[in-house]
Amino acid sequence: MSYYEPIAGIDEGHFVRPGSTLRDVTDDVACVTENPAPRGWWVCFGIALSLVGVFVACVGYLFWRGVGVWGNTSPVYWAWDITNFVWWVGIGHAGTLISAILFIFRQRWRTGINRFAEAMTIFAVICALIFPGIHVGRVWVIYYMFPLPNQMSLWPNFKSPLLWDLFAVGTYFTVSVLFWYTGLIPDLATLRDRSRTLWRQRVYGFFALGWTGSNRHWQNYERAYLILAAISTPLVLSVHSVVSMDFATSVIPGWHTTIFPPYFVAGAVFSGFAMVETVFLVARSVFKLHRVVLIRHLDMMNKFLLLTSLLVGYAYAMEFFVAWYSGNEYEMAHFFKNRPTGPYYWAWLWMVGCNVLVPQVYWFKKARTNIPLMFVVAIMINIGMWFERFVIIVSSLNRDFLPSSWGYFRPTIIDVGTFAGTIGIFFTGFLLFMRWLPMVAMAEVKGTMQQADPHWHERNQNRREEFAASRGSLVQEGGE
Amino acid sequence: MSPTFESRRAVLLLAEFASAHDVLHAANGVREAGYVRWDAHTPFPVHGMDRAMGLRDSSLGWIVLACAITGLGGAFWMMHWMNGIDYPLVVGDKPPGAPYALPAMIPIIFELTILLSAFGAVFGMLGLNGLPRHHHPIFESERFLSATDDKFFISIEANDPRFEAEKTRALLERMNAVHVELIREATS
Repeated sequence: MSYYEPIAGIDEGHFVRPGSTLRDVTDDVACVTENPAPRGWWVCFGIALSLVGVFVACVGYLFWRGVGVWGNTSPVYWAWDITNFVWWVGIGHAGTLISAILFIFRQRWRTGINRFAEAMTIFAVICALIFPGIHVGRVWVIYYMFPLPNQMSLWPNFKSPLLWDLFAVGTYFTVSVLFWYTGLIPDLATLRDRSRTLWRQRVYGFFALGWTGSNRHWQNYERAYLILAAISTPLVLSVHSVVSMDFATSVIPGWHTTIFPPYFVAGAVFSGFAMVETVFLVARSVFKLHRVVLIRHLDMMNKFLLLTSLLVGYAYAMEFFVAWYSGNEYEMAHFFKNRPTGPYYWAWLWMVGCNVLVPQVYWFKKARTNIPLMFVVAIMINIGMWFERFVIIVSSLNRDFLPSSWGYFRPTIIDVGTFAGTIGIFFTGFLLFMRWLPMVAMAEVKGTMQQADPHWHERNQNRREEFAASRGSLVQEGGE
Repeated sequence: MSPTFESRRAVLLLAEFASAHDVLHAANGVREAGYVRWDAHTPFPVHGMDRAMGLRDSSLGWIVLACAITGLGGAFWMMHWMNGIDYPLVVGDKPPGAPYALPAMIPIIFELTILLSAFGAVFGMLGLNGLPRHHHPIFESERFLSATDDKFFISIEANDPRFEAEKTRALLERMNAVHVELIREATS
C-alpha cells in the first residue's frame, strides 16, 4: 500500500479525482485568477463592498459622537462590540486548525481546503481586531494598550487578561499571515510562470521571491512549514483560551467558570468550520471547483461539525450542572432563572437550537453530502454561535448582583450597521483573495497525488491503462 | 554592444524530466557521479529527494530555537522590569514582579515565544534559501517555466569541479532526461 492510496478500511476515497494530471490541478486553480471574473463574483463583490461603505459610515459616526451611539448602557457595558469580536476570532480558529493541526496529523484531505481556510482566518481576525480597537471610545489614544513609553511613565498592567488578549490576538494575526504567505510562495511562482502579461509577471514574481522549486529550498521550506504548524497548534488553542479569560477571571455569574477555555476553543472551531463551509460552498459553485473540492471534503467537514457541536452541547450542559453543584445562589439564579427563562430566553433558544439540535442531522450520510442542506445548516450554526456569545455577554450582564441596577440592552441601528459592515469587510477581502490568489494550495495538492510518488510507475505498470481510461470522466459532477 | 550568445559565459546545464520517478533516479545518478554544486527543481517536494541528493538535515530548527528563547526571555524581562522594577504595580495585594506575578505572566510569555519562533521560521527559511532572489540564470530557460507546473528539472552549475559540458550532458541524457540545455548568463 502506498501513501496516496485511499485506506478502504476507514472508508477513504481519492482526494483528487483519479486520472487528474498535475497540469489539471494547475489549470483548474490558476485559471480562476486568469479568466475574467464570473458574474456571480461581481454580484457578491458589489454587495460586500456596499457593506464596507456602511461600515465606514457607522464607524465614522461612532468616532464623531462616541460609543453612546451604540446600545451599550448600564449594566450592559459590553454588548455587540465584544460579541462580534469573540465571534470573529472564533471563526478564524478553523483556518488554523485545518492548516496546522490537520497537517500535523497528516490528514491529507486538508490540502483541498487549507489555503481557503487560512485566508478566512486572516480576514476574520482583521474583523475581530476592529472591535476592541473601536470600542475603547478615545481611539486616538489606542496606543495606551501597547507597552510603549508615554508621558505618564505608566506601563500596562500585565496581570490584566485584556492585555493578554491583545498579545494573543496580535500574535495570532501575525503568525496566521506568515503561515499563509509561506504556503503561498510556491503557488505564486506557479502563477508567475504562467503569466502572459508583464504586470502579472512583475507582481506575482515580486511576491514569489524568486522561487525556483529548488530541492535545497524545499528542504528548508518544508521544515519551516512543519515548525509553523507545530507552533500554531498550541497558539490557536491559547488564543481562544485567553479570550475566554477576559470573562472567566471576573466574578460575574455566567462568566466565572473554569470550563471556559476548552469550551471557547470548541465553540471557535465549530463556528469556524461552519464559516469555512459557507464560503467554500459559494466559491465552489461560483468558480466551478468541483474537480478539486470534492463532496468528500464537505463530508469530512460535516463530521467535524457534528463532533464540535457535541462538545459545545456538553459545555452548555456542564455550565448548568456546575451552577447547581456549586450551590452558589447567584450562579443558580443566573442559570436557572435568568439564562433560559429571563429577558433573553429567545437568544438562549437560538443558541441551543442552532448549535446543538440542528447539527444532529449530520449523523446521517445523506445529510452530510446534501449541498443545499449543508449550506442552510452552516448558516444556522453561524447564527447560533453569534447568539452563544450574545448570551454569554449580554444575558450575564443584564441582571447583576443588585436588582435595582438591572437593565435591558437594545442594539441601535449603528450596532447593526457596524456588525453588517464587518461582514462586508470579510467578504470583500475574501472575494479579492479568491479572484487574485490561488485558492487551493496547488503544490500541496500535487504532493498528495499518485504522480508525486516516485515509485508509482514501478508499482502500477498494469494500472496505467486503467488510469488512462479514467481520464474521460474528469468533468463529472461530485463523487469520486 | 551586448556580447554574442556564444561569448556569454555558460552558468549551468539544465535537464528536464517527465516524472518524479525519473528525476529521483537522475538525482541519485548525479550524486553518485560526484557532483556537488547542483540542484533538483520540482513543482512539489519529491519524497526521498533529500536522501537522493545527499543533503544534510535542515538547520532551521536551531534558528527557531534561538528565536524562541529570545521571545521567552524578552517577554519575561519586559513584564518583570515594567511592572516589577520601573513602576512597581501592586495588584491583588501581591508583591510586584517575579516570582509572585509569574503565573499572570505565562500567557504573554507564551505568545511572544510563539511570535518570535514564527519570525525565526519564516525569515530563517528565507535566509537559508537565499531568498528573495529575483534574478537567477535559470529563469533564462523557457522550458523551466513548467518547473512550477508539472515538469521536473536538475540543474548542474558550470562551476562544479566535475563539470564538463559534454560529459555532464551525456550523464543527464543517460538518466532519461527529456531535454538538456546549456544556460548562459543573462545579457543585461
